[in-house]
Amino acid sequence: MGTTLPLQITVNGERHESQVAPRTLLVHHLRDELGLTGTHVGCDTSNCGACTCLVDGESVKTCTVLAVQADGAEVTTIEGMAGPDGELHALQEGFWAEHGLQCGYCTPGMIMAAADLLARHGDGPISEEDVRKGIEGNLCRCTGYHNIVKAVRAAAEAGRGVAA
Amino acid sequence: MSTIEQSPAKHVGRSLRRKEDPRLITGRATFVDDISLHGMLHASIVRSPEAHARIVSIDVSAALAHPGISAVYTGEDMADLLAPLPMAWAPPDVEMKAPERWPLARGKVSHVGDAVAMVVGADKYAVVDAAQKVNVEYEPLPVVVDVEEALKDEVLVHEALGTNKTHEWSMGGGDVEQAIAEADIVIERRIVNHRTAGAAMEPRGVIAEYRAGQLTVWSSTQVPHLVRLFFAVQMGISEDKVRVIAPEVGGGFGGKLQVCAEETLCAWASKQLSRPVKWIETRSENMAVSHHGRDQVDYVRMAAKADGTITAFHAKIIQDCGAYFGLLTPMIPELGAFVMTGCYRIPNVKTDIVGVLTNKFFTDAIRGAGRPEMTHMLEVTIDQLATELGIDPLEVRRRNFIPADAFPYETPYGITYDSGNYEAALDRALEMLDMDAFRAEQAQLRSQGVLRGVGFSTYTEICGLAPSRAVGPKGFGLGIGLYESALVRVHPTGSVTVFTGASPHGQGHETGFAQIVADRLGTDPSVVEVIHGDTATGPMGLGTYGSRSLAIGGVAAAHAAEKLAQKCKEIVAFNLEAAVEDIEIGDGRFSLAGDPDQGMTLAEVAGCAYIDATAMPEGMELGLEQTLIYDPSNFVFPFGTHICVVDVDGVTGKVDVVRWIAVDDCGPAINPMLIDGQVHGGVAHGIGQALYEQIVYDERGQLITGTFMDYALPTAEEIPSIETDRTITPSPSNSLGVKGIGEAGTIAATPAVVNAVIDALRHEGISYIDMPLTPLRVWQALEEARGRGDGPRASEQGVSLPPQGEGSAGSGPTIPEGDAS
Repeated sequence: MGTTLPLQITVNGERHESQVAPRTLLVHHLRDELGLTGTHVGCDTSNCGACTCLVDGESVKTCTVLAVQADGAEVTTIEGMAGPDGELHALQEGFWAEHGLQCGYCTPGMIMAAADLLARHGDGPISEEDVRKGIEGNLCRCTGYHNIVKAVRAAAEAGRGVAA
Repeated sequence: MSTIEQSPAKHVGRSLRRKEDPRLITGRATFVDDISLHGMLHASIVRSPEAHARIVSIDVSAALAHPGISAVYTGEDMADLLAPLPMAWAPPDVEMKAPERWPLARGKVSHVGDAVAMVVGADKYAVVDAAQKVNVEYEPLPVVVDVEEALKDEVLVHEALGTNKTHEWSMGGGDVEQAIAEADIVIERRIVNHRTAGAAMEPRGVIAEYRAGQLTVWSSTQVPHLVRLFFAVQMGISEDKVRVIAPEVGGGFGGKLQVCAEETLCAWASKQLSRPVKWIETRSENMAVSHHGRDQVDYVRMAAKADGTITAFHAKIIQDCGAYFGLLTPMIPELGAFVMTGCYRIPNVKTDIVGVLTNKFFTDAIRGAGRPEMTHMLEVTIDQLATELGIDPLEVRRRNFIPADAFPYETPYGITYDSGNYEAALDRALEMLDMDAFRAEQAQLRSQGVLRGVGFSTYTEICGLAPSRAVGPKGFGLGIGLYESALVRVHPTGSVTVFTGASPHGQGHETGFAQIVADRLGTDPSVVEVIHGDTATGPMGLGTYGSRSLAIGGVAAAHAAEKLAQKCKEIVAFNLEAAVEDIEIGDGRFSLAGDPDQGMTLAEVAGCAYIDATAMPEGMELGLEQTLIYDPSNFVFPFGTHICVVDVDGVTGKVDVVRWIAVDDCGPAINPMLIDGQVHGGVAHGIGQALYEQIVYDERGQLITGTFMDYALPTAEEIPSIETDRTITPSPSNSLGVKGIGEAGTIAATPAVVNAVIDALRHEGISYIDMPLTPLRVWQALEEARGRGDGPRASEQGVSLPPQGEGSAGSGPTIPEGDAS
């Protein structure tokens, strides 16, 4: 495998230390090494956003980041969004209630991008236009975005949209 | 024909939250790439950079020497395959020149991305490195990309076939030529329906494990049973030794209705190496070698009387098949021809189709498959006819609608539309729009420089594929009938498992089918689990495509549950010492009519069937499960009206969709929320094709739109909110009265967009523009219409766009001499 570099990373509150090849993408590290397969890969040009996670609280397309660039970072993946007791995050609840997903492949990335959007937006309702602008970096082929927009707005209304 | 059933509907008709969602929103679902097996190897495929070339030599030595590489295979290594990849349509009496397609190229490549070699190794990064070291020497051959050029046979895609023309096929009724000769007006247009991508968010993926004579394949597919059937044929493995699993599938849109080269490659390599082999498609591969859709040049003629009565419609379709046939390639335009009359009573119709090979990847079924193309031709041409006649396009539609009392309606070519009420759907959509208010707003905006337009599409389509006798080997010529299966199993505790042969990938069958079965068994959907996509668990099934799952698979589940309910009633009647006819289902149990206190829950009935044989009527078989194959008597024909409102920027040519109204009729709703979801996504897919998406090859056959950087999939900013409503006209074709809705939005959408843009620009003197209506194309049309057609052309801007429909923009109607008044 050639050279490896040390990596210390905290994912969903759990600290991991490992040696990784310098070219390993963060998304592959999360999926293949840590077994967190909820984060998906949908393209190879950082267009689709299926791999979006929160890195130090900001949404990041993890196919565009080397694992070693996240050394020392705190990462939240879709698996870390629900509470320890399994209580769904307001966005997860919103997507379920509003039929904001069909095949579900883009959904984890969409939820993480929306979490960042709502955190930046702050408490209270958010306009349709702001949601559409806020998630335009994440592609969905199934829903036509209609119910995704409703889901994000519902989560904002629920007042618990701020990132976990 | 069966009657519409009036069973107690406690759960059917409700927008129940999806049972699928908890695993998907928490990251706990299992897609193919989420599976890892002990000892698993990874595969990378070496693909041709040439569009057409002879393979002079392949040197794999450097790749084999790369650390961690187990094997490198080429086409020559796979000589033991018993059959090339399949094409499943062999219509009687049609001569078909079908090129052979092998998983790895044999001797030559015929499109960019053609698979040449496969590298297998332990590390997924290393196999990609090694694939770069496979040295292939190509001798380039002449390339033909344009479908009408290819028809001249000056450059042959496959020399052995002697021509690029694969087949000709015609369908129709009446006498089109006579009707055209006698018409007051004839509209002629050349319409290009361009090539698009399916673009499911999950690319394809395969894991194959050959172990002790058993082959297990996990594939991101819409058709696991067909994949298994083909493995048996191609690799000579008995079908009972093959298991195909479609785990969570991240969208399909027809793109996974395929028997794929990569499935064979992984299975074959696993057999050689006695290790599981995994291949995950990159998006770049997906754009190049997951089958494309559409891509046909259409010459249409529509004849009418001066009052707008349409007397004939003729479509000549030149289909760009690409370099090979996929599973259904040559059949796609034919599916459109089945509804060539659309919603209209047109007595004389004909579709002539010619299939043509080019040095591009093959086209096949993508959401709508032939029906969006035909609907586009028809709905766009009707607007052109209305304009030329000076009659409101909606008035022309109304004059030609098949009236609601004419159903079942037999078309001139012998297909029977099951039910319809086209006026009602149009009326409802117009109510939502408020046409008078719209026209006032349009005029006001135009005075402010905003070009607003409205476009209509009143569609019907054919789906619920399909009656097996009609479409099978001795009918339409498909290699298999298109029935569907269900196995409903009530467990000893009263919970229920439904195995369906449908293979969903986002549609929500686990919820909708549970609602159907729960109502029939007097139980709750929460205790009805729907299992799909595994050939080892349920009976033979045909999969999910062609808006067939509910109308065929859902009906199969309903009938199986009804048979079980009858058995339950007999058991209850025996235990209550009552007559079977007096047992009712309702309120979560089977009870005695007139005395609802007397009754049994499903769990109690199951207890009799599995645990206490003395509680069963004498001679009745123990247990509580039912397998059923449902073969429909007819197709189903959903319909509706879609309205698109656009704003066109008169300076830049940019089109924005500002409003969308969709009134669809798919019969009674099982779960209204799921219907709306299908319509939203279907419309977005159509808007994508109409305005943004296009697969582009340059003249050398190089793929220009090879990633999501270059292929413009619409984002949340491009798609508007979609206003939906429904009318309800049950289908007499099945006992649920239901029709498919998965493709309707896509079928309806593109002509609504084009008609809206033309409505916005007609006063500028623009009568037609071919899709996609990019800012460049609209701007060019505006420049030409404004007499400034000397601006930079697309070809001079470093963009290799095919020419927009030459001979279409501005090509007027031809009025036969002597008839012009």
